[in-house]
Amino acid sequence: MKRPESVQVIKQRRDTALQSLLAGVPYIQFMGFKFDRRGDELTGVMPYQDMLIGNPMLPALHGGATAAFLETTAIVELSWAMMWDRMEAGEDVAEQRLPKTIDFTVDYLRTGLPRDAYARATVNRSGRRYASVHVEAWQDNRSRLFAQATGHFLMPQTDQNT
Amino acid sequence: MSLRPSRFWGNWGQHCYDLGLVRTFTAGFKQGMSKERQTMIAKQFISALPHAHALGMDVTEIGDGHATITLPYDERLVGDPETGVIHGGAVSALLDTCAGASVMVHESLPLGTATLGLRIDYMRPATPGDMITARAECYHVTRSVAFVRATAMDADSSRPVATATGAFTIQTEKKGKS
Repeated sequence: MKRPESVQVIKQRRDTALQSLLAGVPYIQFMGFKFDRRGDELTGVMPYQDMLIGNPMLPALHGGATAAFLETTAIVELSWAMMWDRMEAGEDVAEQRLPKTIDFTVDYLRTGLPRDAYARATVNRSGRRYASVHVEAWQDNRSRLFAQATGHFLMPQTDQNT
Repeated sequence: MSLRPSRFWGNWGQHCYDLGLVRTFTAGFKQGMSKERQTMIAKQFISALPHAHALGMDVTEIGDGHATITLPYDERLVGDPETGVIHGGAVSALLDTCAGASVMVHESLPLGTATLGLRIDYMRPATPGDMITARAECYHVTRSVAFVRATAMDADSSRPVATATGAFTIQTEKKGKS
């Protein structure tokens, strides 16, 4: 029987793949989005910055920043789910192309407070060409969402799935 | 009393608040000041919204339930490094800001507004290097809700980059705090 890989090898492979996905996107760096990984589960993090504020008096997060955070989390989750099997098989996933947003509907539930925000996306359906993703965002309390969204995405066409 | 004691400005996405600057801004529209002056005050207002300012947004036209806001091309906002196309999130932020601005200058002059929901359709990638221009129209207002449609275009104005429709809360005078 094959010996299981060492934990360091597995972690490094997964973290490297995730970083290669994020580091190449200037907008993710500009907005300061981070992703926590536990196994294959990702949590998007939008660390608080003053420039995310839309309302300087309340103050509250800009709805556009919230929308961007939700959309980015959806795209990263979808890409991550797409590359997981190939990555685990030891293939090079550095060239992973990102899905394109077709439409995105944001539901604003509460004021975005001036503190870190978290988001988790669920791929409801992922076909060869299209995918549907739902994403939820919260701040202090996981059960009190401040925004949620659903979007449709066009999958990148690779040699594998054309 | 023709001037309301206080006005509220939504942050388009979430809450409403009271701000001296906003009072000046919207009261100005009521008193029928020149278009140039309205645009100037609106420009100052948008640049006071930290996120709009960080992205480099600029109001070019505003009033009568319409708003036009531009987003210059910036390499920091690129979503696809292979093509240099701007990230959809930045386009969403532009459309949200523009839609919220059009609600605030609707003839009913709401005391405040906040985004309830916003749907964005992405038609095509914006041409790298082009400035993106969003135009929003607040086309219907009830006592509690405003309906908005908005379009984002690049240099080729015949084919939209993205369109949005949104529902916004309306804070009316009766419900408003004094």
